[in-house]
Amino acid sequence: MSSSNLQSPIPEPPVMPAEVTIQRSTSFRDDALRRFKKNPTAIFGLVIVILFLLLAIFGRQLTPFDPFAQNIRNAHQAPGGEHLLGTDFFGRDVLSRIIYGARISLFVGVSVVTIQAAIGVVVGLVAGYYGGKIEAVMMRLVDAFIAFPGIILAMAIMAVRGQGIENVIFALSFAGWPTFARLVRSEVISLKEREYVQAARGLGFHDAKIMFKHILPNCLATIIVYATMGIANPIIAEAGLSFLGLGATSEQATWGFQMSLERQYMRTAWWGVTFPGLAVMIVVLGFNLLGDGLRDVLDPRMKE
Amino acid sequence: MHIYIMKRLLQAIPVIFLVTVLTFSLVHLVPGDPALMRAGEDATAEQVEAIREAMGLNEPIYKQYTKWVSGIMRGDMGYSLQDGRPVFSTLIQRLPATMKLVMASFIVSIGIGVPVGILSAVKQNTFADSFARVFALLGISMPNFWMGLMLMLIFSYSLRMLPASGSGTLAHLIMPAIALGMPGAGIITRLTRSSMLEVMKQDYIRTARAKGLRRQLVIYKHALKNAMLPVVTVIGVQLGSRLGGSVIVESIFAYPGIGRFAYTRLLARDYPMIMGNLFIFAMIFILINLITDILYGFLEPRIRYD
Repeated sequence: MSSSNLQSPIPEPPVMPAEVTIQRSTSFRDDALRRFKKNPTAIFGLVIVILFLLLAIFGRQLTPFDPFAQNIRNAHQAPGGEHLLGTDFFGRDVLSRIIYGARISLFVGVSVVTIQAAIGVVVGLVAGYYGGKIEAVMMRLVDAFIAFPGIILAMAIMAVRGQGIENVIFALSFAGWPTFARLVRSEVISLKEREYVQAARGLGFHDAKIMFKHILPNCLATIIVYATMGIANPIIAEAGLSFLGLGATSEQATWGFQMSLERQYMRTAWWGVTFPGLAVMIVVLGFNLLGDGLRDVLDPRMKE
Repeated sequence: MHIYIMKRLLQAIPVIFLVTVLTFSLVHLVPGDPALMRAGEDATAEQVEAIREAMGLNEPIYKQYTKWVSGIMRGDMGYSLQDGRPVFSTLIQRLPATMKLVMASFIVSIGIGVPVGILSAVKQNTFADSFARVFALLGISMPNFWMGLMLMLIFSYSLRMLPASGSGTLAHLIMPAIALGMPGAGIITRLTRSSMLEVMKQDYIRTARAKGLRRQLVIYKHALKNAMLPVVTVIGVQLGSRLGGSVIVESIFAYPGIGRFAYTRLLARDYPMIMGNLFIFAMIFILINLITDILYGFLEPRIRYD
């Protein structure tokens, strides 16, 4: 609490306000970039995310072994030998399967968050902008959605629709959009009384234009921050669903799926479940760190 | 205050109505044929038809819905497709075990999150702070089922200290509670830290310090009390993900709660049971959040005027 007044000495005599605006030559973008660069944890998160994105894009070229090649005689080789992270029950290379799984995991994470954000933005904009009865109805619907534990909602949908990554994406998007709607709505409520919105209204712009052209761009920072951190949720959820046998199919070998296969051999081959789970944790950590960093940079109000 | 409570109660009614609509439409309107899924791929057309009849799927959709809702009002959620037992009593029977687990997981989250968060805030920008923040981040990033498996690997298989499955004793509860509670511990650590830092900037804290109160006293008596407010709400908010997490964690540890039961019935496509389960979980969530909202109204009078 003892904030000292001995900050850096002022080099020049106080300048006139007019000059201050001239001196302030860094744009928001430059300033944000500068702050991001000074944030080592955010950089670390970015590095993790880029690494996994590269694995996802070039995965098939990078796998040391064919992730689907079975060789029972090679089953459950311990890590460290020819197979860096060992082999699974079918003698498949665990590292190769993890690299292969990165693509699906990231694809699920990014596409689910995109769909959630799209629905959430529309609902949040309309509810926040119009208020009144429209808002009341929409937000009660959001409350009802949020009352269900997301994973169970997703599991129930998977039970009705059957396994497969497309269904996982549908189920997780369906279960997760309300959080975005709440977020956008609260942003819109604080923005819609601003002068520029009133000016736009005074100029006779129609509501859709005001919402999407004037209000939405100003919510974007918050949405980007939340979406980045939010990618972690579907990645964990997909792993959980697949682990329970309600997610990916065997052709879509994801990390969670691999863990569900190897779980029964955990006692003798600990690496089978450990490494795929570690992959989930690292990628989630990456998105969380990056999201935290972006929040500090883009939206100082939300700072921890 | 009465008005505030009444308002909250009235708000819950449309939400509960929408919860019934959602639960019902999930099974009946989502593309995919529940009867076909229930019967399995090699069922004959007659078998599928028989299941459709048993599930009442041949009636018009609105009739099925009103039948289901009027049943709920009488505490009748229909009967299991698998063993014919009443849905409501079967589920309620398994609820206490899960509530015990969820409670234990909150003890883990709060017991770890609050002290670590305070430490982190009080010793801001020190090594202890960095350590606490890394700890919180790892807790948040770890999938709960993976954490459960790792605990099992270490404490059951390697060290042989704790039982890997079952229930009954406190030892059975430790690992599931940690697996379920750790992500929350991370969230509560961060929340406690940020709200402590926020509160410690306030004027009344400076006043308390200025009039000569000891730093310790100010932190624990004045700051902590107010910093705990957001933690109260987060418990309500997190309840949903705890109930959801219980499905996976209970399955891993073969813990006989409602979560593991829900999972087995999901795999068996026991639709009345699935619907009953969704509905009960949603009702618990609404009820607990109503309680935390009202509690919050008592703790923070300003909120009532929102």
